[in-house]
Amino acid sequence: MPAQPAISFQHVGKTYHGARGAVHALDDVSFDIEQGEFFGLLGPNGAGKTTLISILAGLAGASRGSVSVLGHDVVADYAAARRSLGIVPQELVFDPFFSVREALRIQGGYFGVRADKRANEAWIDELLEQLGLADKADANMRQLSGGMKRRVLVAQALVHRPPVIVLDEPTAGVDVELRQTLWHFIARLNKEGHTVLLTTHYLEEAEALCGRIAMLKLGRVVALDRTSALLAGTASTMLRFKMDAPLPPQLAAQSRVTGRIVQITAHDAAEVERILTVLRQAGCQPEDLEIGRADLEDVFLEIMHGTPRPRAAA
Amino acid sequence: MTTATTIFAGTRTLLYKEVLRFWKVSFQTVAAPVLTAVLYLMIFGHVLEGHVQVHGVGYTSFLIPGLVMMSVLQNAFANSSSSLIQSKVTGNLVFVLVTPLSHWAWFLAYVGASVVRGVVVGTGVLLVTAWFAPVQVDNLAWTIVFTVLGAALMGALGLIAGLWAEKFDQIAAFQNFVVMPMTFLSGVFYSVHSLPPLAQAASHLNPFFYMIDGFRHGFFGVSDVSPWTSLVVVGTSLALVCALCLHLLRIGYKIRH
Repeated sequence: MPAQPAISFQHVGKTYHGARGAVHALDDVSFDIEQGEFFGLLGPNGAGKTTLISILAGLAGASRGSVSVLGHDVVADYAAARRSLGIVPQELVFDPFFSVREALRIQGGYFGVRADKRANEAWIDELLEQLGLADKADANMRQLSGGMKRRVLVAQALVHRPPVIVLDEPTAGVDVELRQTLWHFIARLNKEGHTVLLTTHYLEEAEALCGRIAMLKLGRVVALDRTSALLAGTASTMLRFKMDAPLPPQLAAQSRVTGRIVQITAHDAAEVERILTVLRQAGCQPEDLEIGRADLEDVFLEIMHGTPRPRAAA
Repeated sequence: MTTATTIFAGTRTLLYKEVLRFWKVSFQTVAAPVLTAVLYLMIFGHVLEGHVQVHGVGYTSFLIPGLVMMSVLQNAFANSSSSLIQSKVTGNLVFVLVTPLSHWAWFLAYVGASVVRGVVVGTGVLLVTAWFAPVQVDNLAWTIVFTVLGAALMGALGLIAGLWAEKFDQIAAFQNFVVMPMTFLSGVFYSVHSLPPLAQAASHLNPFFYMIDGFRHGFFGVSDVSPWTSLVVVGTSLALVCALCLHLLRIGYKIRH
């Protein structure tokens, strides 16, 4: 008998009714995340990622469909489902009345973790150490920087040792050091058997960490596959160069421009030659020209601006 | 750890957190209301002591139980309402929303902490005001019953206000336009027997009157209405408010979408 999925979304829909009529935030979202997976949930702003996580966490109710965590329905059996989940919220929130250690003890206490037990206190110490918070343990939350507060949010989500960890854009606005510390720690937990669901706008993080990825667009799943399969299935070549002059109009549609850096998708060598010819004819002088493999960001952009891909089996 | 033990530990933690929250700012949440009550006593006592006697006792002695109960009720309301609205506005309510705590756990913890704050402030007011006039307790049981029931009722009402409100203004409006007038017009500063018939009848529709009158009965053994009548009115009001509060918590009114 196969193991229960860590998380199962079945035909999940969410409709908000406002003054301007009904808004469908999620539409028939179905997929499973297996136990032990490091799973990425990607999509542009407004795609429905946070709504889906809110339904999973019990912060919002689904209009249709069902969600379960390790077989526990998040509505009918919410207590068991929530005990299995550790949620790192997207917003940088904190309780200004408490110190870091008090906040962790209290958060654990909500889940029945007793602060006076030596094992639990040792786990809090380990979390503080692993997340670089040891010297801030007795500092009030108000005294911490944004990055430190973000670390506390991660520690609060892990304090009751949940088997399933949900990180909703945990590295938004934090420095490189914290990202490295955080991913090192989360990767270790994943290796120890914890399931991780990650949403992020940093696609290089998702590419490096996630074994499987789902992409949402306008509340629908438009891609669901192994990360390697997504990368293999896209336009395999990316032309990158720097240029000061405006891009010729016939290339604008297939290009991505960041400051002076231009990236153009090409499917084969003939297309690369055609792009270079267009640039020469327009009198453009590209600098530092290089041809490389497409990355997850290219896949993401192709999917978001193109047609939905067929889904692979979970 | 069994499920029941986990639930109990979770509820106890939320209660502890709510008590710790107000205790960490006790200068504002305990000392300030005690000072306010003492100022009322000094001003009204100075003006009216020697001129007015109520239920056969001096005015300052009459005033003390009313001020104690007024402080209990106002602070019980302030505790749950301010905690909830602060958590909603700052967003840290998410820490409690993602836990396995049931609506009963929320209710018991928030209302329990309100009762604790009400009792702490009320005790503080009693200890300080007792220096200004002789205070006797005729029946301690009545004072305890009405303190706990009144504080619980106001804690639950504060929880409802905190759930309903979306900004601090709305809580302040609830406090200034509902709680404050109903407390002041409940007989804290006078016996309702001294009022004209219409005002007396209106006072009898105010549940706050029964909380204060029943509490005062515990001190003097006399009151405007029987303490049993007060107990029935306060108990019924408490049951209705608790039922509404539990329903709103169960459906996640304005906290889950």
